[in-house]
Amino acid sequence: MSKVLILAEHDKGALKKVTLNTLAFARQYVAKFGGSYDFAVLGHNVAGVAEALRSYGAGVVHLVDHADLAHPIASAWAKVLADLAKSIGADIVVGPASTTGKDVLPRVAVRLGAGMASEIVSLTDGGAFRRPMWAGNLMGDVKITTANKVISVRASAFDAAEATGGQSPVTAFASDAGLATARVKFVSFDGVQSTRPDLTEAAVVVAGGRGLKDKFGAVTEPLADVLGAAIGASRAAVDDGFAPNDYQIGQTGKVVAPQLYFAIAISGAVQHLAGMKNSKVIVAINKNPDEPIFKVADYGLVADAFVAVPELTAQIKTLRG
Amino acid sequence: MKILVSAKRVSDPNAKLAIAKDGKWIEGDVEYILNPFCENAIECALQIAEANDGTETVAIGIGDDETARFIRQGALARGIDRGILVSADEEAIDSDLIARIYMGVVHRENPDIVLLGKQAIDGDSNQVGQLLAEYLGWPQATFASKVEVSGGKAIVTREVDGGLETLEVTLPAVITADLRLNEPRFASLAGIMKAKKKPFDELEIDDLDLEDTDTKVQVVGLSTPSGRKAGVIVKDVEELVQKLRSEARAI
Ligand SMILES: Cc1cc2nc3c(=O)[nH]c(=O)nc-3n(C[C@H](O)[C@H](O)[C@H](O)COP(=O)(O)OP(=O)(O)OC[C@H]3O[C@@H](n4cnc5c(N)ncnc54)[C@H](O)[C@@H]3O)c2cc1C
Ligand SMILES: Cc1cc2nc3c(=O)[nH]c(=O)nc-3n(C[C@H](O)[C@H](O)[C@H](O)COP(=O)(O)OP(=O)(O)OC[C@H]3O[C@@H](n4cnc5c(N)ncnc54)[C@H](O)[C@@H]3O)c2cc1C
Repeated sequence: MSKVLILAEHDKGALKKVTLNTLAFARQYVAKFGGSYDFAVLGHNVAGVAEALRSYGAGVVHLVDHADLAHPIASAWAKVLADLAKSIGADIVVGPASTTGKDVLPRVAVRLGAGMASEIVSLTDGGAFRRPMWAGNLMGDVKITTANKVISVRASAFDAAEATGGQSPVTAFASDAGLATARVKFVSFDGVQSTRPDLTEAAVVVAGGRGLKDKFGAVTEPLADVLGAAIGASRAAVDDGFAPNDYQIGQTGKVVAPQLYFAIAISGAVQHLAGMKNSKVIVAINKNPDEPIFKVADYGLVADAFVAVPELTAQIKTLRG
Repeated sequence: MKILVSAKRVSDPNAKLAIAKDGKWIEGDVEYILNPFCENAIECALQIAEANDGTETVAIGIGDDETARFIRQGALARGIDRGILVSADEEAIDSDLIARIYMGVVHRENPDIVLLGKQAIDGDSNQVGQLLAEYLGWPQATFASKVEVSGGKAIVTREVDGGLETLEVTLPAVITADLRLNEPRFASLAGIMKAKKKPFDELEIDDLDLEDTDTKVQVVGLSTPSGRKAGVIVKDVEELVQKLRSEARAI
């Protein structure tokens, strides 16, 4: 019997969908090995997040609401999460492989004497954790040999779990995280302002590459507008300053698997493919027919993006009335 | 000030990978390169040293004799002062043991900053820096795209979901480098010559007083993911819209 503790991810007091993708993994784990799961909500003024999680079948939603946790400082969050895991006897701590999860969870593993598997995409029949390695060119099955385990979950590999009704109790857990923040000070956060859906949650992603140059926004935004899409980018487009870092898709950026993915003026390097090749439908628009992106695209259009994308935008707009 | 920086070798990302016979790792006869994130970490260490007189920089690699070559050519030839190779059988170590080996070296060297890559592009685990920071009880600033060091503190800008976060950490601290941190310099010919004469220590894991050398995670099998098939090339925008609508039902 296992007891799973799930780290909830939220943003400005709202639950993020990656939490529900992570929950989907936790449910699979419990279905296979038996046991139950609890949520851990850490932050400041986040009672609403705990409330939102009550209908998802958890034994308990643990709420650790404290000013010292307002920002996800890894040393502090890890201490609280590990203390909580110990106090409830959780043997497996899971969280999304977001930048917060990647930052915090390894430290939790050390505190629990646990082995950790990163970015897992499935549970194999033999009970191993399957995860992409070498930019997703190979899949590795890993076994954790310690009694306690820590897992980060690649959200795009799991459909968001549904609510099951019911009313899990919310229990406050006292934190003394202050000690662990003594040598780290939050200075500032320079956030990307956007009214578009979150890149990892969007059904449609319009991604642009270096080929769009300083017209990156002029080309991608109107198309994203008509489709209600999120905007993404290749690393080269971010490096060259045409798009913010938050847009980067790939081995070292975000991993997405939307219903529809547009790769516009993106060559299709392995490191980019690592972040989008599990999208349902891939459209590539590129002026060079020999680019590797066409090897993974369901629909390829060899064209100048500066001409083709505005035309595409106009036609979809007409279609949608 | 003293900075410890990583030099890990990884298989060339453009190499064709073959799964080894035991199914647990790749065949070893591929090209290797210095992990790109380690290049950024090394460049960062050099820049901090250039801006702060009297800073000593030390590169560490964990692996076999081949790893030594990457410490010399990738780190010392670029200007890092000295190298340490910790001999280890890479088949028998995991991120956790690598972090504990680093801890052992930190206890011997007492650096102010340990600078690692945010991930290794073979294992892609993104764990060692964070594990090490917790083992040492130090603050960490991961995924760094800007690092400024002064007065016993580091101000680090981090690439995180949603934008850029800036933290101030009191040294000693662990920092992990992201790719946009800097443009790694090339080694000069003079640098390559000098590297041959720079101090280079070889340590065994036994020298490090670790409690044990057990691993916590094992790769039990590798497989090739099911690939995607190339689709069709459409002749124009109109055909694309029509296919997306009636065939893919995606718009
Ligand atoms: C360790 C490491 C990690 C990396 N991580 C990532 C990652 O996470 N994500 C990522 O994306 N990359 C990553 N990269 C970089 C990757 O290798 C490629 O360099 C990058 O993806 C290239 O981006 P691009 O396709 O936009 O640019 P390019 O490869 O320069 O391609 C530009 C494309 O635009 C096309 N084009 C130009 N003009 C037009 C036009 N007018 N109309 C239509 N098409 C046009 C060209 O034909 C070309 O195909 C990583 C690299 C390394 C070494
Ligand atoms: C030739 C070879 C054969 C291998 N064989 C096996 C095998 O059979 N089975 C197996 O499970 N693993 C094997 N490995 C993997 C290896 O032992 C490490 O576990 C793995 O590469 C570390 O990657 P990670 O994803 O855990 O590190 P991450 O957590 O992603 O690494 C983060 C950072 O830690 C630092 N770092 C990581 N590793 C080292 C190192 N060795 N030296 C210095 N700094 C480092 C770097 O700064 C890196 O950027 C092999 C590696 C090599 C090079």
